[in-house]
Amino acid sequence: MPADVTAAGLEVQAEALAPPRPLAEFWRAFGENRGAVVGLWIVAAIVLVAIFAPLLAPHSPIEQFREAFKRPPAFMAGGDWNFPLGTDAVGRDMLSRLMYGARLSLFIGLAVMLVSMFIGVALGLAAAFSGGFVDVAILRIMDLIMAIPSLVLAILIVAVLGPSLTNTIIAITAVYLPRYVRLTRASAIGEMQKDYVTAAKVAGAGPWRIMLATVLPNCVAPLIVQGALGISDAILEAAGLGFLGLGAQPPAPEWGAMLSDSREFLQAAPWIVTLPGLAILVTVLAINVMGDGLRDALDPKLRRG
Amino acid sequence: MLRFLARRLILTIPTFIALMFVTFMLIRLVPGDPLETRSSERGISPERHAKLLHEMGLDQPVWKQFLDYANSIAHGDFGTSLISHEKVLTEFLTLFPATLELSLCAMLFAVLIGVPAGVLAAVKRGSFFDQGLMAAALTGYSMPIFWWGLQLILVSSVWLHLTPVSGRIDPIKFYFDTPTGFMLIDSLISGQPGAFANAVWYLILPTIVLGTVPLGVIARMTRSSMLEVLSEDYVRTARAKGLSPFRVIGLHALRNALIPVVTIIGLMTGALMAGAVLTETIFSWPGVGHWLIQSIGRRDYPALQGGIMLISLVVILVNLVVDMLYGLINPRIRHAG
Amino acid sequence: MPLLDIRALSVDFTTARGPFRAVDHVDFAIDPGDVLAVVGESGSGKSVAMLAVMGLLPWTATVTADRMTFDGRDLMAITPEARRKLIGKDIAMIFQEPVASLNPCFTVGFQIEESLATHMALDSQARRARAVELLTSVGIPEPERRLGQFPHQLSGGMCQRVMIAMAISCAPKLLIADEPTTALDVTIQAQILDLLVALQKQTGMALVLITHDMGVVAETARRVVVQYAGEQVERQVVDGLFASPRHPYTAALLAALPEHAKGARLASIPGVVPGQFDKADACRFAPRCARADDKCRTVKPPRQPANLGEALCHYPLSGGAA
Repeated sequence: MPADVTAAGLEVQAEALAPPRPLAEFWRAFGENRGAVVGLWIVAAIVLVAIFAPLLAPHSPIEQFREAFKRPPAFMAGGDWNFPLGTDAVGRDMLSRLMYGARLSLFIGLAVMLVSMFIGVALGLAAAFSGGFVDVAILRIMDLIMAIPSLVLAILIVAVLGPSLTNTIIAITAVYLPRYVRLTRASAIGEMQKDYVTAAKVAGAGPWRIMLATVLPNCVAPLIVQGALGISDAILEAAGLGFLGLGAQPPAPEWGAMLSDSREFLQAAPWIVTLPGLAILVTVLAINVMGDGLRDALDPKLRRG
Repeated sequence: MLRFLARRLILTIPTFIALMFVTFMLIRLVPGDPLETRSSERGISPERHAKLLHEMGLDQPVWKQFLDYANSIAHGDFGTSLISHEKVLTEFLTLFPATLELSLCAMLFAVLIGVPAGVLAAVKRGSFFDQGLMAAALTGYSMPIFWWGLQLILVSSVWLHLTPVSGRIDPIKFYFDTPTGFMLIDSLISGQPGAFANAVWYLILPTIVLGTVPLGVIARMTRSSMLEVLSEDYVRTARAKGLSPFRVIGLHALRNALIPVVTIIGLMTGALMAGAVLTETIFSWPGVGHWLIQSIGRRDYPALQGGIMLISLVVILVNLVVDMLYGLINPRIRHAG
Repeated sequence: MPLLDIRALSVDFTTARGPFRAVDHVDFAIDPGDVLAVVGESGSGKSVAMLAVMGLLPWTATVTADRMTFDGRDLMAITPEARRKLIGKDIAMIFQEPVASLNPCFTVGFQIEESLATHMALDSQARRARAVELLTSVGIPEPERRLGQFPHQLSGGMCQRVMIAMAISCAPKLLIADEPTTALDVTIQAQILDLLVALQKQTGMALVLITHDMGVVAETARRVVVQYAGEQVERQVVDGLFASPRHPYTAALLAALPEHAKGARLASIPGVVPGQFDKADACRFAPRCARADDKCRTVKPPRQPANLGEALCHYPLSGGAA
């Protein structure tokens, strides 16, 4: 067999088959999903608004303009551009409140996601690695948390601790803890059965090293997706609590609370109700669409071709 | 199969005990005088304070209080409401049918529309229908349902006068006994003409609002499950046997695709209860969710404690039933246990 | 008059990276009672061709052919309803993973009787009796009990027997077996193959056996088609193929059989099957062929005459193992 013929052929084939770098591949796959890209832009815009609210907002979110109660938005009859999206029942500018509200909502969402992910992953790994009683105990507690409806549990915690922004975060973190625990535990258990972990153990790696350096990196993809979607869920949950009066207290411009203040004006001044809800919807939708795109890009099975 | 059931039942006991513990701790953690938390009296004199403390067993060690609490729960005593002075269990059972009726209708709505939509989207993958449906489903569970309810009320009730704003039935036109607590059933058996239709009319908007999120979830879940199943070997075999597409999709594929969907439906009970809290608040629907929120405002802690306990109990039981059903429809589980 | 007459069948798939031709101008002529083996590596397109005949390809596939007729009927122009009357009845197919090919939610009996219900006019008792008969004829003991069982309760070999029973339930004229034994244990493989051969002799149906195992070919086939990268590179009767393969690929496949090993190492074919972008407009086997020259790499090889195995080669082998 003339070696050079086949060797050259192999080289050519190897070049043609070289896989693209993972990050580039991820962006390409993500970019294919137009909705996800749009979601990303919208989320970026909202984040920017939240960060630069003090510069962008025309007025202070808590200042009451006594001469401008329930002013309609500028594009409706009776409105003016001083208050582009109108004012609420006590004369506060809607646009400014919405912008500052973005800060609150995004902060809550991010805080909840980070804290619950951190604690959840730690518990999940602990459960997966310890096995036995620790595993069962952690699982039972998570089962309990999942048995109590999310809002009900949050209400429970807030009823005890008192309504405030911090307590909202604590309450929703507790509610979302089980997802991260179960996800991490399931991923870790799945990974631990694979040969490379056995190999690491045989090579003498200690449990911490195996946990953090070997197993955890492979569980990251579903965690990222869950984390992104968790932010949107947390925002919805926080808005629900705010609507019930159990979240950040007035005059804080929390979107859910803005909705609850204004139920009585539904007919007379619908923008007070519609606009905050729209803000929540757009934010959550954008994050969800982005999260979907993330999941599709990170999960090779779903990719076409 | 029985063994499987027994095993699942036993597993719920520790959860239940933990639930009792959590609700027990609730009242103890509320800041303020424990006596004021538990009774509606204010400004109590010291002697009466000590007397009440003893009567209520609050001077006992904590573990004994917990055992007493567990004991009374075992006897069906979930406490007494501070406001209505009724037994919490009685109040709950009076109000629960309203929530149950609404939840069942919402779930029915979600399944009857969501499953066919998901199947159609999967079969016509990539089409406008598919993309439109998935976008709608995504929007459905991305929106705050209290806002959605208010918007629907605004458009449908206020502007178009199509639906009523709140309540379960027109209180002026109809008045009858409600033995079952289910307005749909009671209106039928009352025999009053137009009562049933009226009850349905009042149910429409709350059902849509509560059912929107489950609708979105079910539609997406059905679609993705169906897509997975359609690429399975046994579907190819079914086609190779010359079966009609309806049979291949509607029987061979759907039967398998529905298995994860049914699980999801069960798991959504908790979310449904949470949604019910908000929906009932908006529509002044006299169910347990509305009652729970009112209890917070009125600082009716026994009601809150008992209510949370009972609602969670319902969710645990429903999950148990769903587990059993899952074992029935999935032959692999049936023969394993 | 061939039972299955196919001329210049091609199948193209649309993928995210462009069209992919999985099957390139292949011909099949199967007479009643014929036993044809289609041999090739993974990626040679052997299954795809038969799936095209059955109409089981996904929507991303485009099927073109000069001629594709079964029993005189034009399969290219047939309506979906008419096609559904044919497959499962006159043409049947069994697949590689028997347990996965049966629906886990329904009993074995249900699935067999479903075939009978679709194509034959029998009442439920007659269907049940026939199902029992079928299970017996494929060698399953206690057939009545098996009818009520689910696929996951049966072994791989049993499931494949059930698949075969389902396939022959309506007395097909042609049975296509797509790698029926690849997923089974070696001992069961022999049993299933014997079963297929016996059934073929009993019923006189035509059998197309798709496989990558030359050993299987030797045991069962009367004629052989060798496929590589979507093309048919050799077509011969089985004895002729084994005695004097005409295409270098066939020779290499035979040389790679353990029985033919000379010395300590098994002969293997270096290189890989060409992928989507590697298909040259010349001899596709050239990169891996020991005897390839510039002509092979630039000019499409001709189809040799029947006495040279209808090989797709510029320099067909002269006879005897290469």
